[in-house]
Amino acid sequence: MSALLELAGVTVRFGGVEAISRLDLRVDEGRVFSLIGPNGAGKTTVFNVVTGVYQPVEGSVSLAQQSLLGRKRYRITRMGVARTFQNLRLFARMSVLENVMVGADARHRTSVPGAVLGLPTHRSEEAGGRRLAGELLDLVGLSELADEAAGNLAYGNQRRLEIARALATQPRLLLLDEPAAGMNPSEKQALQALVRSIGGRGTTVVLIEHDMSVVMGISDRVAVLDFGRKIAEGPPEEVRRDPAVIAAYLGAPAGAARAE
Amino acid sequence: MTTSLTRGRARVAQARLRMARHRALLPDLTGPLSAGWARLPRGARWAVRAGVLALAVVAPANQVGQIMAPASDWPSILFYPIGVYILLAVGLNVVVGQAGLLDLGYVAFFAIGSYTMALLGTEAGLSFWIILPLGILCSAVSGLVLGAPTLRLRGDYLAIVTLGFGEIIQRSANNASFTGGPRGISGIPHPPSVDHVGALTYGVLDPRPYYYLVLALIVVVVVVSRRLERSRVGRSWAAIREDEDAAELMGVPTFRFKLWAFVIGASIAGAAGVLFSAKTIAITPDNFPLLLSILVLAAVVLGGSGNLAGVIVGGFVVAWLPERFRALADERVLLFGLALIVMMIFRPEGLFPSRRRRGAPASGTAPVAVVEQAAERVEAQ
Repeated sequence: MSALLELAGVTVRFGGVEAISRLDLRVDEGRVFSLIGPNGAGKTTVFNVVTGVYQPVEGSVSLAQQSLLGRKRYRITRMGVARTFQNLRLFARMSVLENVMVGADARHRTSVPGAVLGLPTHRSEEAGGRRLAGELLDLVGLSELADEAAGNLAYGNQRRLEIARALATQPRLLLLDEPAAGMNPSEKQALQALVRSIGGRGTTVVLIEHDMSVVMGISDRVAVLDFGRKIAEGPPEEVRRDPAVIAAYLGAPAGAARAE
Repeated sequence: MTTSLTRGRARVAQARLRMARHRALLPDLTGPLSAGWARLPRGARWAVRAGVLALAVVAPANQVGQIMAPASDWPSILFYPIGVYILLAVGLNVVVGQAGLLDLGYVAFFAIGSYTMALLGTEAGLSFWIILPLGILCSAVSGLVLGAPTLRLRGDYLAIVTLGFGEIIQRSANNASFTGGPRGISGIPHPPSVDHVGALTYGVLDPRPYYYLVLALIVVVVVVSRRLERSRVGRSWAAIREDEDAAELMGVPTFRFKLWAFVIGASIAGAAGVLFSAKTIAITPDNFPLLLSILVLAAVVLGGSGNLAGVIVGGFVVAWLPERFRALADERVLLFGLALIVMMIFRPEGLFPSRRRRGAPASGTAPVAVVEQAAERVEAQ
């Protein structure tokens, strides 16, 4: 199996603080990969490096063997990387449907002349975008709310809308930043089914999540970050028993601390 | 300490409640109006549009003038300021209302269109119909030249740079020799007339043919603007306005679309300038003060930034009110200012708020919403 996303020796520094240090990460195509770790471990920074928000001071980041470094953010999206945000960043005053259509527009080419003259390519792209957006709203269960302003949606629905908007860009790699945050147990169940079905369509998913039931339920592989370093990686069951992981989450047992 | 803080918060909450009640006193006509508009069958919508256009065609009649502006030459003010302000407001709406870029020097593009007409008309002897596209081109290029380096700036910084640009253009016109300096340019030719057709005879005495020309231009610009708004372009602008970083991460080439907004806005102002100059015969730098940029911006905000129909009404109100109060001589500007303040208190999102702008959680308290969004963004960092 080939690696879709590959980070090698990536270091990101803010002033004197290293947010991530010499991180190696390899995400295989068609997998659900989870990034976990305590607050401030650098998980979201990984997403920001992959999507071009931050540039690393060292290391390489590539998608299907093509480097992502130094590329414009919207180009990275067009290459097939889409994401959601930990603090929701929907276009609050646009309708639910329009939000998803903005995502679909990432694949469209027509611009001002096409729109003003109503050229056939423009019209077919509009129709295609609308159709795709409709299908994705069906998938996440928001069709009923298509004309509502995105900002008026309940929290859980806003999270699902972010996923639909990201999927509309037709990504090869989908980065989900704490999609279950603020969801109730039944919403979390539905989310797990949704992520599984996204993975089933051949989209690779990288997930940042604090809820271990979600992580353990849907991940093929889990990597654990702590203070910007990877302290463990493997299948969920293995990672769960790793002493370093337990120490990072719960603090090292008194005996272990003395031994070091 | 804690109690005074709570008391302060309570006071803010009370003030908000009071504001909400004020607004509740006015029947909210625009909400149901725009919702009803969307539900109307296609044919009915076209009938309303045709009705509005018919009204605009008969507007120069004397009977209308007696009511609307008894102290002025009504057909003349229908061209300027009313028609030209509406055209400028629709153009600035693309920049401010749709893309959310604060441009305080919009008058500069109007001036560039006007001077293009004046110079090419007097020096090169070209016809109005040839100069019109050239004027649009000149202002579009100046929009590109100003936008390319400055659209990387955001918010306040962009406002300051555009403000400076407006001043630079006016001062340059005042000091350069080819623009005639403070005396400006006179003897600007009218558009060529079509023989024996009254509505197409462009002379000195009858302002109506010019009014119909600006009306035709408004219709074209409204159609173009509407098509853009409903397309990928309009969605991209709205996304940029809402959250520029998120838009870029969703695949919107933000810089390119901001530049488009700037260039389209500039082109519309340029067209308005060519028309203005072709009617006015003589122009001076005094025709292009900062105040004009501010008034057009007021028209956009007053009408409901982003809503085309609202912006047209806003342009009309801002141009017409001072003329209506002309009989009051010196007090008219004061009354005009008061009218604007009262309207902004009761309808802070404009007379006809844009659908895309309405319905946010913090609707009605626009400055509060801006602060809250800024705070959220800081937290997100």
